[in-house]
Amino acid sequence: MDRLVAITGIGVVAPGDPGTKAFWDLVVSGRTATRTISGFDPSPYRSRVAAQCVFDPLQAGLGLQEVRRLDRAAQLAVVATREAMADSGLELAQERPERMAVCLGSAVGCTMSLEAEYAVVSDSGRRWEVDHTYAMPHLPDYFVPSSLAAEVAWTAGAEGPVNMVSAGCTSGLDAVGYACDLIREGSADIVVTGGTDAPISPITVACFDAIKATSTHNDDPEHAMRPFDRTRNGFVLAEGAAVLVLEEAERARRRGARIYALISGFAARSNAYHMTGLRADGREMAAAIDAALAEARLAPEAIDYVNAHGTGTRQNDRHETNAFKRALGDHAYRTPVSSIKSMIGHSLGAIGSIEIAACALAIEHGTIPPTANLTEPDPELDLDYVPLTARERDLDAVLTVGSGFGGFQSAMVLTRPGAVRA
Amino acid sequence: MSAVITGLGIAAPNGLGTEEVWRSTLAGTSGIGPITRFDASGYPVRLAGEIPGFEVSEHVPSRLVPQTDRMTQLALAASGWALEDAGVDPQRFDDLEMGVVTANSSGGFEFGQRELEKLWAQGPEYVSAYQSFAWFYAVNTGQLSIRHGMSGPTGVTVAEQAGGLDALGQARRQLSKGVRLVLTGGMDASLCPWGLVAQLPSGLLSEQPDPERAFLPFDTGASGQVLGEGGAILVMEPAASARERGAPQLYGEIAGYCATFDPRPGSGRPSRLAAAMRGALDSAGLTPEEVDVVFADASGVPELDRAEAEAITGLFGPRGVPVTAPKTMFGRLSSGGAPVDVALALLALRDGVIPPSVNVTAPAEEYRLDLVTEARPARLRTALVVARGYGGFNTALAVRQI
Amino acid sequence: MSAFTIEDLKRIMRDCAGEEESVDLDGDILDLRFEELGYDSLALIETTSRISREFAVQLPEDELGEIGTVRDLLALINQRLSVSS
Repeated sequence: MDRLVAITGIGVVAPGDPGTKAFWDLVVSGRTATRTISGFDPSPYRSRVAAQCVFDPLQAGLGLQEVRRLDRAAQLAVVATREAMADSGLELAQERPERMAVCLGSAVGCTMSLEAEYAVVSDSGRRWEVDHTYAMPHLPDYFVPSSLAAEVAWTAGAEGPVNMVSAGCTSGLDAVGYACDLIREGSADIVVTGGTDAPISPITVACFDAIKATSTHNDDPEHAMRPFDRTRNGFVLAEGAAVLVLEEAERARRRGARIYALISGFAARSNAYHMTGLRADGREMAAAIDAALAEARLAPEAIDYVNAHGTGTRQNDRHETNAFKRALGDHAYRTPVSSIKSMIGHSLGAIGSIEIAACALAIEHGTIPPTANLTEPDPELDLDYVPLTARERDLDAVLTVGSGFGGFQSAMVLTRPGAVRA
Repeated sequence: MSAVITGLGIAAPNGLGTEEVWRSTLAGTSGIGPITRFDASGYPVRLAGEIPGFEVSEHVPSRLVPQTDRMTQLALAASGWALEDAGVDPQRFDDLEMGVVTANSSGGFEFGQRELEKLWAQGPEYVSAYQSFAWFYAVNTGQLSIRHGMSGPTGVTVAEQAGGLDALGQARRQLSKGVRLVLTGGMDASLCPWGLVAQLPSGLLSEQPDPERAFLPFDTGASGQVLGEGGAILVMEPAASARERGAPQLYGEIAGYCATFDPRPGSGRPSRLAAAMRGALDSAGLTPEEVDVVFADASGVPELDRAEAEAITGLFGPRGVPVTAPKTMFGRLSSGGAPVDVALALLALRDGVIPPSVNVTAPAEEYRLDLVTEARPARLRTALVVARGYGGFNTALAVRQI
Repeated sequence: MSAFTIEDLKRIMRDCAGEEESVDLDGDILDLRFEELGYDSLALIETTSRISREFAVQLPEDELGEIGTVRDLLALINQRLSVSS
């Protein structure tokens, strides 16, 4: 019998207040968490807006040594892991650590700490031969981003396969896809998976400035990210983490766990075209959607909602609109499509997992989160992008997609337990 | 489905290109020496395994040079060698049937140091448009897929040294889902001042100034690790499909693979390294007696050497299997290390000779290992490659002749 | 401030973005579009950002967006140079 993959625990630290409930309340409200950057002086930068987590690590339950040791991306991931584990109701003492795995996604790893430490050892960029006598003891953990996965594994007590998937902005989807394979093939019964990134630091803001990818609605930060809107001009950089507890579904049912959703299909493809560019036709994203639907053994018509990549660039909006039409055919015109990035920004390698969490919660609550800030629809785009207001609707199957630098295109299908396949 | 390796491309400190590295390795030629790429005189570590003579203009199109870090340039070169070795012209395949899954660990770190310097010393407007992708961990997978027109499944695994085998494991999964070819392996090259300094506080690096005494895994004189740059890119295909297209050679199959993770330090629970090795054999349906050689992780840090020796003798018995560590000639290549070991293991199977561990003149008796210190002819059918990643990651992968 | 010449542009383009093997940058390229020379938007961004810094000239994003050929870019740069001098 096929081993199916169930989501039994969710932990989210997203822009705005921490915790899954605060996250869900925000994204169904249509309010946004995009603000002027407050972590450093943004005045020399082209884009001065970001979506930041209201996160106090001590208040979130971390100890002083953890705060010192852990990069912010690790702090977010550990706190999300604790919430997800508690939410799953798993009793760790009764689990076999060797049957538990971790696969964590992150695009830029410990970049904040690396930059902060670089600034010290280089004396603000004054020396190429940086001064090792100023190197702090945890620097090697920041150098090796898999330390993020190690922290999650220690938090969860996992001793099976543990690794990190770092596929840029599709990391949060690809890590969960990898985790599903571990369960299906029998390498693990439980996988603690998700994504984390904390990139709001000068080097990341500067590199997106350089390619003009981020929004310059600096005078209206709360409405800066406008996917599918005529006035969009780029994405808003964000931070965050989402961690999911995945379990082999039969086992989850036996222990009476709450099953939010099943992950029924996943695929990753590449456009083999450009490191940052997208071709308008959406061919490879459509190929990823086709493959994810095939793995889920679903017809395109089964999809009730599409969580879009929705990064607020003209290029992306056309690309994915065409990909949805290509993969779903006429059904694309009847399917609500929305982007929660309009509210919580684009947290690179974390957002894919945050969006999976949103899809699972959408199925659980029968609610489709809206696309905020969509007040002047782009006349070139002709799908239903769920402007401004959430919608009540029973959801049996939802699709979530992501695109990333490197040309990566990923797609995942989630289904309501019992709704589509036994 | 049997996943076979049909093409190898190696860039290592003792050679560029598969046959050059293999010749140097069998001859015991080490690539470890004084750091030349920057002034290391002020640092406690002054040795590394540098790749000499890599003329980027000979291997990478001019348009790609300004936008790539050295590790990506090496990966582009190695991928070309691997495809050539496999007799693959990607244009003759459906682009969606070819995937790319590589491991990485430190990204384009030298590129990143240059851009950080511009940002902090001059200002944001000096940061390159290429920084947004040139330094990140996924860049090699992205650039290889574009360079060779491969639109199939992609992936990037990160677990320091162990991630190199995770990539091969993930590549095999993609083949089992119906893909016809995956370019896989790993490449890292972070020999810049910031890359060295970021690793110094680990306490794992040897401060020995003598290149012949600095990296001595399993030796009584072991004093730590030496960093190196390089890696290997491999062509992996289903055996049936490789035969059908008339691949020039099938080096061997990926027979088994397993990954485990160690408990939190101080928990008192035992290491999970032996479980990874056993898991790789179990998944291949192999008994320990059927393994002809082990390519060890070979840390060079005494307590880590002891843990690995215990895992090996626990599984194979004292001196129960030949053990070797050609990385004594390269240093630790991060995500590139294990793919190089897999490539060397496949060449060892092909030629019936175990490459040596060099400079290990006083193997610690207490480890009870049959350590191969000179190239040793042997009948070889199966090899086990072991890799550990900083932080407790363990992986093992078995290759077998077919 | 001296005028910005095609030789300046070729030097900076080669440094910032290399050159396509099939293209002869030293040929008659003035009326060719950058994509015909093998340069994508990234290459153009990297090049124009270097020109801005090296020649201390402001090149507005919306005007750069209108650039088609090599001649267009040279004209824009020289026009902006004459304004700022």
